[in-house]
Formats: sequence, structure tokens, C-alpha cells
Amino acid sequence: MFGKLTWDAIPWSQPIPLVAGSVVVLTILAILAWVVLKGYLPYLWREWITSVDHKRIGVMYTLLGMVMLLRGFIDAIMMRSQQAVAFRAAGYLPPEHYDQIFSAHGTIMIFFAAMPIIIGLMNFAVPLQLGVRDVAFPTLNSTSFWLTATGALLVNISLVVGEFARTGWLVYPPLSELPYSPGVGVDYYLWALLISGVGTLMTGINFVTTILKIRAPGMSYLRMTVFCWTALASNLLIIAAFPILTATLGMLALDRYLGFHFFGNEAGGNMMMFINLIWVWGHPEVYILALPAFGIYSEVISTFSGKPLFNYRSMVAATMAICLISFLVWMHHFFTMGAGADVNAFFGITTSIIAVPTGVKIYNWLFTMYGGRVRFTTPMLWSMGFLVTFVIGGMTGVLLSVPPADFLLHNSLFLVAHFHNVIIAAVIFAAFAGVTYWFPKAFGFKLDEGWGKAAFWLSLLGFYVVFMPLYVAGLLGMTRRLQHYEVAAWRPWVLIAGVGILIMIAAAGCQVVQFVVSIRRRDELRDETGDPWDGRSLEWATASPPPPFNFAVLPNVQGEEPYWEIKRRAMEAQQMSAEPRYEPIEMPRNSPTGFITAFFCTMTGFALIWHIWWMVALGIVAAYAVFVWFAWRDVTEYSIPAEEVARFDRARRQARERWLAQHAGQPA
Amino acid sequence: MKAQAMQAALAGTVKQLPDSRSSGVRRLLQRHTLPCRMSAVLIAFLSVSGCSGGVLDAQGPIGAAGAKILLNALGIMLVIVVPTIIAILAFGWWFRASNMRARYRPDFVYSGGVELVVWGIPILTILFLGGVIWIGSHDLDPFKPISSPDKPTEVQVVSLDWKWLFIYPEEGVASVNELVVPAGVPVHFSLTSASVMNMFFVPQLGSMIATMNGMVTQLHLAADKSGEFYGQSAQYSGGGFSDMNFTVRAVPKDAFAQWVATARQSGSALDRTSYLALCQQSSNVRPFTFRSVDANLFNAVVNQQLPPCPGPNIERAGATGSPRPER
Repeated sequence: MFGKLTWDAIPWSQPIPLVAGSVVVLTILAILAWVVLKGYLPYLWREWITSVDHKRIGVMYTLLGMVMLLRGFIDAIMMRSQQAVAFRAAGYLPPEHYDQIFSAHGTIMIFFAAMPIIIGLMNFAVPLQLGVRDVAFPTLNSTSFWLTATGALLVNISLVVGEFARTGWLVYPPLSELPYSPGVGVDYYLWALLISGVGTLMTGINFVTTILKIRAPGMSYLRMTVFCWTALASNLLIIAAFPILTATLGMLALDRYLGFHFFGNEAGGNMMMFINLIWVWGHPEVYILALPAFGIYSEVISTFSGKPLFNYRSMVAATMAICLISFLVWMHHFFTMGAGADVNAFFGITTSIIAVPTGVKIYNWLFTMYGGRVRFTTPMLWSMGFLVTFVIGGMTGVLLSVPPADFLLHNSLFLVAHFHNVIIAAVIFAAFAGVTYWFPKAFGFKLDEGWGKAAFWLSLLGFYVVFMPLYVAGLLGMTRRLQHYEVAAWRPWVLIAGVGILIMIAAAGCQVVQFVVSIRRRDELRDETGDPWDGRSLEWATASPPPPFNFAVLPNVQGEEPYWEIKRRAMEAQQMSAEPRYEPIEMPRNSPTGFITAFFCTMTGFALIWHIWWMVALGIVAAYAVFVWFAWRDVTEYSIPAEEVARFDRARRQARERWLAQHAGQPA
Repeated sequence: MKAQAMQAALAGTVKQLPDSRSSGVRRLLQRHTLPCRMSAVLIAFLSVSGCSGGVLDAQGPIGAAGAKILLNALGIMLVIVVPTIIAILAFGWWFRASNMRARYRPDFVYSGGVELVVWGIPILTILFLGGVIWIGSHDLDPFKPISSPDKPTEVQVVSLDWKWLFIYPEEGVASVNELVVPAGVPVHFSLTSASVMNMFFVPQLGSMIATMNGMVTQLHLAADKSGEFYGQSAQYSGGGFSDMNFTVRAVPKDAFAQWVATARQSGSALDRTSYLALCQQSSNVRPFTFRSVDANLFNAVVNQQLPPCPGPNIERAGATGSPRPER
């Protein structure tokens, strides 16, 4: 009846996962109870769960990412503390648990923390910056989000029911094959990523269509913000790379479920095939995350330097160059697998070539600050921290691209330090910069600067104290994924990294406090104008938070920085442009399709993991039925009357006029 | 005082780089005093790690060449990276909004000259580094034999579940978790795995290489002089991975011959039956030797005439013990 699932699947005998799992379950139940008792459920269902509004979906993506970032961070704390006490000792985490933690840490951080935050910020900002009302396929967008949430849910269920993979975050065969990993851990990994991968692919299709096909009048390609360009590049990479991930993991699933032999030791299977394929996805994935992050920095640095981005076209060219070259470097992840010198040298050189457009970007940001008036707000501090830190990470990356150097450092803590150096500096700092930057747009009030700055300085310090010692430990020969170790020379560095994680905990605390304090003080931090940072692109041209339709009248774009232009003209004339003629606006109706589909996909995934075949069939049939039901719908849109549009826009114009009066006489 | 120590550390480290390119790096570092001081800190940092058994404390030609290329590439990049970091901090600080002496130039958004420099300098650097990569990859290809008057010692390596088997086909002996090699003589390794993927790595001797079932990889290393080095697996391979390390003992040639002679007289024979017993998972296995080895054993593993071993299985992980054969 329930396949492999029995009461033994719950780790009764292991206190750490049991307690952690119970706390998570109880927290979720408490939140659900609070929502139901307070009567928020209908509101949540109507305004958020079934919402197809790109802004709401963006907020939900980002929230999911932030919660998972915390979960991944707890894994990191456990790993660092285990290594700190595991010198010639067993530590407090036995290998079978520790190995799950580092596998889950990587999986969660990349797929369910970094990806949702980046996709969330793209969801929120790209349609606003393009000056349009929504993405190309709003209901698909909602489905993408809920499928990503499905993946995150499955990974977290593994904490309480069964186990997670003990194979590392990229489940290299043959270790991940059935003979060596007979448990459900790898199956959790596979189905979580196969299901959320479909969601990510649909996001890619959605955003490429949106950026190529739906832009405000006059918004030509070379008038788009660099963030939109990087979003385009990133989503092109998603379309090209995610099918490879799905196919690769699909083949591994066939190996495990139906006795195929793609990657195992037997019957001519070849693990090198898997390792090549997974990195053909894996390296572009790095840029899927990093490119939109570069876009965020471009927006932030330009805004807070009070200047347009330096060498905009060069920036666009560099973005697209990275997009292309990122597909030609995958083999640098396994120089030590025994390929010949020609192959290694080729991929070493292509890898170092990526440093060229990336370097160009650094210098363009540098010269954006040159001659500017730099305001050190929290987002700008994250950007400065990124610039300095990322240069170091880039340098160690180029070091690792030299095959003979990689032969000494591959899979060492030097490598671990390198990729945390680039991913934390590029993606995580960008996530915080982007969240702080767009938060007032999304919610109508700014985040508290004091706590934000404290979080930044502690994160920066914590980062250096954790990862600089790991570089040294790597040079001393310490490899990654060690549950305990015997070499005395490594110990001081591991201990310093352990101290660093304490600083990081303080930083994470400041982040949480920042949100709590800001929500409590929201009336003081309120932004009436819709333009709290003196912004330059179109998202600042509408109110904060923007109405469902984003813009009362679609802006007519006449240059590279449309909103700056509008502001300049208004200040010169000391008055706003004439009131436009308002018309009714058609908007897509909310739909529970995404949520219900994801519900049945969760069911299917869970049933596949535990071999509950009747539930698999039920889940697939039901998910398909939801799709058919959605395809047969009659009414797809609703109309917002012109009066309501006018009422909203007049309120915004009044706020802007007050602002204009206050700033009268200042040079534009 | 502190600066002197750093300068000394810098001079010491640079002195260890005996090729012409490194003297160029040294000149570059000396010309720029501020970058010089920063890189002195960094190199002092590196030299801390260079004297305690890591990859920078190389004890053989391959390790030394790899460490040299690593430091050269680092030097090449520091020349750009250090000024860039300084410029980021300096530009940000000088152009802060409250600094009234800084000129506000909101129209400075394009400059052909800057464009040329920011594309040109990275391209030139990467051209130079690309040469280093191409030459280095060919010189230090793990499959490439080390030129030496001595005939290389042959060692066949099989990564087992959580221990290492070293077969000396010419001497007809084998050893578990201890690799004894003659100092000053190149060693030619042929490597495979009994089950899952591992990676053979002796940090002080240089290059690591993967071991995979059904396949052979090759590696050439040498130790300059006698000594004991730490070896390990660099590829996570299941629950007992953390204990999958071994000792490398480089000994004088006559001591090696003596070790072989002793090994031949003690221990049991390694044939297919005892191999299948040995390859059951176990960790923390104390080193021991086999007095003789089935001459075809390694090929049988590689060609899968011997099936892949049962491999790591966490469900059985509790039941680990020394597989040392009873005598």
C-alpha cells in the first residue's frame, strides 16, 4: 500500500535530525494555525497563492529563497562546527548524517536559495523596468513558482521522512547508483530537482519571451537596463542548460528505477558521461546566477553614483560574451579526471578568457563611480563589498583554471573557498543589495539602514574570517567533505573559520532584526513618492507598491534612462507632464492552476521516492486534469475601469508634485 | 620591524622561484611599492602554508613545477588585481557624495581610451596566461613520463572502499595504505578503482588524479629525497572517506630493496579470493603487505573480469573492522 514507506523512515533514534525536524514541523503548523485562526487564509489564497501578478510571485520567490538560505546556512553552521571539533575526534555528527548535511547544503543553496532569490528579483523588476504590465505568460509564471516550491518542500521532507542524498550536491555516480546508495536519499534529490527544473525551464521561456516580445513603446533593445539584459542572458542560459540537467538526472533516475546502465559500473555504463553532462549544465548555472547579480550591481552602482552606467554598450557586449563563453568551459570542473593535455589546455584557456568580459564589467562599474556622487546606502555598501571581494574570487578562479595548479588544488578547501568567494560575493551580496534596493518599491517603505549596514559589515567580516583560512587549509592539502581529520597543520585554520561562522550568525541575526524593525517602523520609513533612491529606470516611475497594472499609461520611452529623462524634464519645466487620458486596463485573472498542479506534483514526487505506485498514477492524472481544466477556461481576463486607474494615478501625481515643489530650484 | 619581516618573507619566497619569469614578477613587485607591500602580506600568508606539508612545500619535481606555475600565475594576476582593488576603494571614497572637492561629472559615461584599456589589459593578461596554461598543461600532463636516467618504479593503485591498495608488479608484492617508493626515482602509477570514484592525491608530491572502475588513469610522480608524506583521497567516496588516507615513505634505493625483501617474506598472498575479501568496505586500516600478488590481478580489476566490489554502503557502515587477514 505505501511502498517502501514505513514508520522506520522517521529517524526516531537520531536526536539531531529528529529534533530539527520536529521544530520545523511545529513551526510550520504554528504558522498555519495562526493564519487560519486570524482568518488570513482567504486573503492569502486570493491575493498571494493564486496570484499571477509578477510582483507578488517575485516576492514569494524571494521569500522562499530567503527561508531556504537560512536552512542552508544552518547546514553550514553544522559543517563548520563539526570540523572545528573533529580534529582526531569523531565530532558530534556521524558520517551518515554529516554527509547528508553537505549534500543538502549545496543542493539547497544553489537550487532553492540562490535560484529563487535571483528569479524572484527578475520577476519583480524586469516587467517594471521594461515598462509593461506583466510577463508574457502570467499563469505559467505562477506554476513555475509553485513547482520550485515543490522541489524545496521535497528536500525538506527528507529531513523528517527518510534521508537525503549522501553523495555530494551533484550526486556523482557510481556512488549515487542503486548498488552504492540504495536508500531514498538520492531519489529525494532526483525528484526535487526534476520537478523544480521544469519550473525553472518555464521561467526561462517566460522571461525570454517577455524581454524579446513585450516592451513599452520605444523601449528598443539598447534602451533596456543592464539588469534586463542580464536577465535575458540568464534566461537564454536557462533554456539552453536546464534541459541538459533534466535529461541527465532523468537518465540517472532510469538507472535507479528501471535498471538502465547509463552511468553505473556495470554493462558499459560510464560515470564520466554523467560528470561531463552535469557540468555542461553546471557551469552555465553559475552564470545563470551571476549575470542577473551583475545586473543588480549595475542598477545599484549607477543609481547611487548619480550617473548613468559607464560604457553601457560595452557592458551589454560583455554580458552576452559571458553568456556565450560560459558554455565552453565545463571541463575545468574535472581537469583531474585524466583528459589529455590538449583538452585540459583548451578548457583552461576558455575559462581564463571569461575573466576578460568579467574584468571589463568591474572596470565599467569602477568608472561609473568615477566623477559620481556616491551615496553609501546599504545596497551600495553591498556593491562595494562585492567589487573588492569578487576581484579576489575571480583571481583564485583564474588560478584554478591553470590545469597544473588545479592538479594541486582540485577538491581541496581552496576550491571550496574559491566558489564561496565568487558565489557569496556575486549572488548573495547581490541578493541583499537587490532586496534592500527594491524593497521600498515592493512594500512602500524602506528597510532600516542601521541594521542593514550592521548586517553588511558583519557579513563582509564574517566572510573573510571564514573563507580566507580555508584558502590556506586548501594550500595545505586539506580536501573538502572531511567529517574528521588527523593533520595538525590544518587545525588552526579550521578553528579560525569556525570563529568566522559565529560572525556570520551575528550577521544573519542583524538581517532578521532589520526586517522586524523595519516592519514595525514602517510608518516612519514610508516612501510616498515611489522614487526613494532618486532612481533612473522605469520601475521608479510608478507608485510604491505599484498597482496590479504597474503603469496607468504605458510609458513612451525616448532614451536609455527613461525615468531620469522624465524627472529632468519635469524639473526644468517645474511641472509634471500633462495628465494623460486614462483607459480601462485588461489584466489576467488569478488562477489556482499553479498551486493545484504543484500539489499533485508534490504527491507524485513523494510517491515516486517511496515507490507508492498508485499514488504516482493518481498524482500524474490529477495534475494533467488540472491542466485540461485550465485550458478549458472561458474568462481569462478582467477589466479595471478607467476611473479607478485615474484615481490611482492622480494620487501618485499629487505625491510627485509635492516632491517637485520641495525640490524646486535645484538643478536637475 | 613587521615590514622587514614581510620583505624577508617576500624575498625568501621569490628566491624559491628559480626561473626567469619569476624574476620578472619580482621586478614588477619591486617597482610598485604599495602593491608590493600588499602582496608581501599575501605571500607571507602563503609561505606560512609553504613550510608545513602542503602543496607549496613540494618534495618532488612535479609538485615543485606545479607550485611554481601556481605562484607565477598568482604574480601575473596580482599585478592587475591589487591596483584594481585600490582603485575601487579610492574611487568610492574620493567620489563620496559629501566630498565637495570631488568634481561631479554626470556626463562622463563613455571614453574610447578607457574602453581600449579595460578590454586591452585583460586580453593581454589572458594572452600571456593562456601561454602559461598551454605550456604548463603539456609539461605537467599527468600521463607524461618524467625524464630520468633511472627506470621508473611501477605501481598499480586500486582504490578500495576506504583504503588504498598498492601493487608492485615488478617486485611481486603489494601494500595496503602505505606507499613505499625509492627516493629520487620516478614512479609510474596506473590507477583504477574497485567500486566508486576516488582521487589519488599526495599534496607534497604534486598532481592528483581520479581512479575509476573499469578504467585506468596514469600518473608520474617522484620524491626528491627520503621522507614521509601524507596521502589521501581527494574525491568523496562515501561514509569512510575521511579515513581514506595513506602514508607515502620515500626511502633510499637500498632501503626500498630491503623493504621489498621483507615484504616477500611476510604477509599472505594477494590472489582473486583474498582481493575479494580485502575489497569489502572497512576504514582506518593499519598498513600491511602481501608477500605475493597474482600477476594478472590489476588487469582483471580493470577489465572487470573481477566484478566491481560491493562498494560503500551506509546501511552496513556500522559493521566496519580491520579486514586484516587472519594468519
